[in-house]
Amino acid sequence: MLESIVSYGLAVGAVYALIGITYNVMFSASRAFSFTAGMLGMLGGVLGALFIDRLELPVILGLLLVLASGAVLGIVTEFVAVRPVLKSIEQHLYVLSTLAFSLLFAQFTAIEWGTDAAPFPRLIPIGEGIFDQKFWLPMLACAVTVIGLELLYRRTLIGRAFLAIAEDSYAARALGLPEQRLRIASFAIAGMIGALAGFSGGEMLLAYFGNQAILNFYGFVPVALGGMGNNRGALVGGLLLGLFQQAANFLVGGIFASVAVFTVFIIVLLLRPEGFAGASGARRV
Amino acid sequence: MEAAAPSITAKPARSGLMKHLEGRITFLLLAIAGICLPLFDDSYAGVIATRACIYWILIAGLNLVVGYAGQIAIGWVSLLTLGAYTTAVLTAGTVVPAWSPYIALAISGLVGAVFGVIIGLPALRLRTFYFAMTTLGFATIVTQIALAWRTVTGGGIGIAGPVFDWPFDPGWGFYYFCFILAALCTWMTANIAASRFGRALVAIRDAEVAAEASGVAKPRLLMTIFVFSGAVAGVSGGLFASLQSYITPDAFTFDLSVLFFIAILIGGRGSILGPLLGTIILTVLPEIAAPLVAWSTFLYAALLLLIVLLIPGGIADLLDYRNRRPLEQHREIATRPDLLPRLLERAKTADILALKGIELSFGGVRAIAGLDLEIRPGEVHGLIGPNGSGKTTTLNVISGYYAPQAGTVQLGSAQLPPSVPHARAAHRIARTFQTPRLIGGASVIENVMIGGTIDGACTFGESLITLPRHRRDEKHLREAALLALQTVGLETLAAVRADRLQHSELRFVEIARALMLRPACLLLDEPAAGLSAEEIRRLGALIKAISRAGTAVLLVEHHADLIFDICDRVTVLNLGKVLAAGTPEEIRSHREVVSAYLGA
Repeated sequence: MLESIVSYGLAVGAVYALIGITYNVMFSASRAFSFTAGMLGMLGGVLGALFIDRLELPVILGLLLVLASGAVLGIVTEFVAVRPVLKSIEQHLYVLSTLAFSLLFAQFTAIEWGTDAAPFPRLIPIGEGIFDQKFWLPMLACAVTVIGLELLYRRTLIGRAFLAIAEDSYAARALGLPEQRLRIASFAIAGMIGALAGFSGGEMLLAYFGNQAILNFYGFVPVALGGMGNNRGALVGGLLLGLFQQAANFLVGGIFASVAVFTVFIIVLLLRPEGFAGASGARRV
Repeated sequence: MEAAAPSITAKPARSGLMKHLEGRITFLLLAIAGICLPLFDDSYAGVIATRACIYWILIAGLNLVVGYAGQIAIGWVSLLTLGAYTTAVLTAGTVVPAWSPYIALAISGLVGAVFGVIIGLPALRLRTFYFAMTTLGFATIVTQIALAWRTVTGGGIGIAGPVFDWPFDPGWGFYYFCFILAALCTWMTANIAASRFGRALVAIRDAEVAAEASGVAKPRLLMTIFVFSGAVAGVSGGLFASLQSYITPDAFTFDLSVLFFIAILIGGRGSILGPLLGTIILTVLPEIAAPLVAWSTFLYAALLLLIVLLIPGGIADLLDYRNRRPLEQHREIATRPDLLPRLLERAKTADILALKGIELSFGGVRAIAGLDLEIRPGEVHGLIGPNGSGKTTTLNVISGYYAPQAGTVQLGSAQLPPSVPHARAAHRIARTFQTPRLIGGASVIENVMIGGTIDGACTFGESLITLPRHRRDEKHLREAALLALQTVGLETLAAVRADRLQHSELRFVEIARALMLRPACLLLDEPAAGLSAEEIRRLGALIKAISRAGTAVLLVEHHADLIFDICDRVTVLNLGKVLAAGTPEEIRSHREVVSAYLGA
């Protein structure tokens, strides 16, 4: 029992962490949280099943197409749902615009793909039991993403430009950084990460339109725990959430597990609104 | 020269087409249509109208949360679900002995109120998106529980809805029941919207810091609103269960939450009529567009996106003709300091405000390093110094936004606790801000009335049903606000939206709002910034008159001329310490001050 809690928990936790990182990448570039994170995860699974299972494309080609779709969706999100409401960000209209945008895709998927969960193909027939591909693939995807982002942010010039925008977009613009283009690039990267989350966790979560709401919420918990924009925090938070959820699943059963997660989420937020690793709020007066 | 001679009997601000419409005619027409509907004897129309009434009962409450307080509560469908299951389970007789549906409905209201607070609690501490997310998470969980708790809710198979008996039995009887409750909700929320509670909600939405400084206690007010909104949502759920006659978790999809939200957004924030029309449109629309029923959620989502991007102001904004009429071009601020004694009449003499040994650091920066300051009633105390010397920080310590690491703030013998800015108003400490903080969408007089919030005597419940004390409060507040506006010379603009005013006028509106508190101590943060020379002269005379009426005035300013003209005492700060203190003459000849700040 313990090993299945750990393997399943870490795997699903890796998916949550990836969605959390998707939120973070978009937030860092625009100061706006976007409900499209869960949508990207959901579409990663559905498109993966569509390309590889129904259209019978090679796995690598399918993955590349999924990532490309994610990037395109990210860019479209930026153009349609984020940029128009950024100038009055204090009204928080992005909450509604991104929610509406993501609902459009969820409904479109429900109508065209169907409301039942469809199987996701087995990609690489390696490992069995707790070393099954469906468990290690999300963890691998998560590790690759986190290391890749760290290298990008810390080692490359363009990565530092991303950080500069996230830290202080006014100052970054004053230095001549192309804030708009960097924001679009960030949304494209976020789109790929979100789609990868759904793709790598596809065998576990299946190709199901309802994953959107689930991933939106459970993917946000790591952000809340780790602090906004903090990717390492999201990684730790996501894995802990996955383990906690699975343990609760085995110990008290499905619904009470989700009640437990929700309760812990609320309590943590009320005690530490800025998350365990975040800094407290800025001055208001 | 004085174009519009101010008169005490200037007509009240409530006039104009929109106010009139919003006040009377449209509501009356809707009520007549609602009462006469059964004459057509079309039971299908009856079902749709009943559904519109039930939705509106919930949306009316949610409108106060979303449209007025600006809290993005997107998962409100969870309260509908809770109310529906509570009523259905209590009347079904499977778990407990069957109850009367009316009692069950009342209990649903109670359950809704309790969970309204539970969902609302995070709104007090969390950022907007976090709150949206918690309401969404709650909605997901409620549905999951309804699905899994089979012994009580019937799981996916569902449970029969309650059937109301005489006099509101199924059919038109039930319709009238819903209609009466919907009308009641309209009336109550309109009362709240027009009360000091409604204005305070809008203030929390658009100018939170200023609302706190005026004594609006955000936690308490929001909790009250969540109780009310949750209770009506619970009742709405019970009625919904009866209308559906059989409920399963599928009946409470997230689409409903989206529908509730769109109804409010189409209508426009801060309006009752707009969301009401929005609700009717959104309930009737799918019936007309029946072939598109599979795409209804898709269309709702598209509609939501379009509204947010194209008309964030909603119907109410489109109908607001009054505020598109051009204003007079060359307006003058004709202050009337002679009215101050009437405006500021107070029972007891004001106390001395004393700061002792205040120390405050932000990280490694010592913003204030051991400050002593005494501000006396009847005097204007100037606080000057270079940028970053701690002037505004001192103001923020006095008004309770910053908690100093050491030192005390006292008014008379009362110690003022740190970090509770909304409690300062009770001590009659009022302030203005470096950049004016007003509610752009509210009229000037409503903005000023915010300043008198703590002088209202009536409770939320009294305002809900307009008991006499509520009407007396409103009358007093409006009269006082008009007098305050006359004092600062802006009464002709009383009915104008605040965001249409010029910068200098906004500064005087802020002063009028502060005067509403009849302050024992008035803190002014660079009131002369951006004013013309003539306006500064009038401002100076006004400030001096305010102090002579017995108020202790602390003036932070960069205009040295104004400071030396009107101050009785001046303190010069540098690097968080007092560089010099004394009369204006002493300061003007102080060598260090001249070299550090004033210049030769």
